[in-house]
Amino acid sequence: MWANNKITGLLLVLLLAFLTQQGWATQITVSKNGSISSIKEGVDRAEPGDTLIIKEGRYEEHSITVDKQMTILGEGNVQIDGNRQGFVIIIRADDVTLKNVEVMHASTSFMEDYAGILVKETDGAVIENVTLTDNYFGIYLAKSSNALIKNNHITASMKRETQSGNAIHLWYSKDIRIEDNYMKGHRDGLYFEFVDGATIKGNLSEENIRYGIHFMYSDNCRYEDNTFRDNGGGVAVMYTSNVEIINNRFEDNWGSSAYGLLLKEINRSKIVGNEFYNNSVGLYIEATSRNEIRHNTFHQNGWAVKLMANSTDNMFTENNFIANSFEVATNSMKNYNEFNNNYWSHYEGYDLDRDGIGDVPHRPVRLFSILVEKQPQSLLLLRSLLIDILDAAERIMPVLTPETLVDSQPKMTKVS
Amino acid sequence: MKAMTILKYQWKDLFRGKWIIGYGLIYLLMADAMIRFGGTGTKAMLSISNIMLLLIPLVGMIYGALYLYQSREFTELLLAQPLDRPTLFWGLFGGLAAPLALAYTAGIGIPMLYTGMILTANLQSIFVILVLGNVLTLLFTGLGFWLGLKFFNDRIKGLGFALVSWLFLAVIYDGLVLLAIFLLGDYPIEEPMLGMAMLNPIDLARITVLLEFDISALMGYTGAVFNRFFGSMLGITVASGCLALWLGIPLWRGKSLFNEKDF
Repeated sequence: MWANNKITGLLLVLLLAFLTQQGWATQITVSKNGSISSIKEGVDRAEPGDTLIIKEGRYEEHSITVDKQMTILGEGNVQIDGNRQGFVIIIRADDVTLKNVEVMHASTSFMEDYAGILVKETDGAVIENVTLTDNYFGIYLAKSSNALIKNNHITASMKRETQSGNAIHLWYSKDIRIEDNYMKGHRDGLYFEFVDGATIKGNLSEENIRYGIHFMYSDNCRYEDNTFRDNGGGVAVMYTSNVEIINNRFEDNWGSSAYGLLLKEINRSKIVGNEFYNNSVGLYIEATSRNEIRHNTFHQNGWAVKLMANSTDNMFTENNFIANSFEVATNSMKNYNEFNNNYWSHYEGYDLDRDGIGDVPHRPVRLFSILVEKQPQSLLLLRSLLIDILDAAERIMPVLTPETLVDSQPKMTKVS
Repeated sequence: MKAMTILKYQWKDLFRGKWIIGYGLIYLLMADAMIRFGGTGTKAMLSISNIMLLLIPLVGMIYGALYLYQSREFTELLLAQPLDRPTLFWGLFGGLAAPLALAYTAGIGIPMLYTGMILTANLQSIFVILVLGNVLTLLFTGLGFWLGLKFFNDRIKGLGFALVSWLFLAVIYDGLVLLAIFLLGDYPIEEPMLGMAMLNPIDLARITVLLEFDISALMGYTGAVFNRFFGSMLGITVASGCLALWLGIPLWRGKSLFNEKDF
């Protein structure tokens, strides 16, 4: 009886709390032919905690500043056009939610980073199902935390790096989740600087002018199930420790300085289960140490891995190298990294004891890759009989290729 | 029409010799092994194209010359018939080149069919390998014919030239290119290099293979000339144009030699 009373009491309190909440949170409707016809006015009239509903229509407004906690929802096809006059929406309060609108035409500038949506010094912002079209920067987060950026469609159509900002730009932010977004035609698809603990999952970033994703000084982030395709320079990540890059796809990045994934000074990180397909260089590694590179598949790249000699103690295990023009290239006779248990489709050894491990070690660095490193024009002789003969001779008696860069236990079949 | 009749007789003669069947079987076994061990993907096709680049020029050239020597009596017999010389030439050439091309096509194609590779693999790549192999067969058989006719009475010389030409085109030429690159690498030598590659039919075929399978690596090179050449239809157009020249000139030379020859 006593317990029952307690539960009833608790329910009563909860109900009261719910009612009062309802009582406080009013709903304000903005529509083209209603009493409130501008979003700015709607935001001004709202009290903290209110919900602003925007009805279908085209609103030509810019610098809409959201300075209190509120929820903004679009109904139908809502277009907010900044007409290239600065920022379009500026969020400066905690716990603001923005959903189902289209934001377009933030202005382009050399002085100011104008963005479709600027989120500045806030906590807990939610930006979901927003379409951003032809903005300079798409979504710009500065000094914010715990934000969720989900399911947005961000495109731009400028041709030059200076005319275009980044689709999602994070600066000094913490614990951000970025999920299932689509980014196309910006300078960088995703750009992080001084970000900590972000999760980036299920995004597709393609045909951006510079990089699909570009981050620096952003420790403890996790990148999972993203696809980066046909970006001008591929993907470049730098000066960061402890990142997890898992199950992503890097494909179709072609060009003399295009990399599936470029690592520069990345330490103590995991690169696991990714697929590198049809890039000029799959994975470029420079001044990068103590990383685990495992279970990746390198398929039909020009160079599967370019490993610069200032990288040390990286572990390459159980990767698949399939039909790449070059498997591993390096710029030195020395090697301080370890290759073990990978599958190499160029492997020519045998497995007499049938344990699935080749009996002869595999040397993934061809003599020819060193020739090409010295004289790039000689690339034209790829697949020549002469080159095959030279490679075979070098494989038997390594003179110019690093002697320690060797997989002593190459797998005979693909790692699944 | 008469050329077709000669072709038919030669066809029978070649199959009676069993040699051509063995030649087809080599391709069949190799293609089968490649697909069996390398899977039905790009890797098998790359291996097949490597074999193609190695074997077809060698066999085409040697056998082109050898066949003329072997069938000397047959040729002389035919010359006694009311046939004009060009008909006879095309009959003889077609009678050798067509079965060789067919042996290659069947040898490569049949394993692709019964392993189901044709369904899964990139059809364009298969097409490139098949067409290139056939063009190379015609081209090098023609070259062999020309050499055979040029040294018709001196067989050792003819065969020797065929072998040395193959060695030169397949290995030494590329060595010279490599040497040129390392000697003159500081100068903009991309255009002359492309020109040099065009002068060698094996290199031409090899570059066509590169355009199909290694384009991602080629696009990684900084030289604008390369990128422009490889990144467009221009590359394929120029390469096939040069191959056509390489096919035409030896045949034309061979035919005029054959027309004037006093057997």
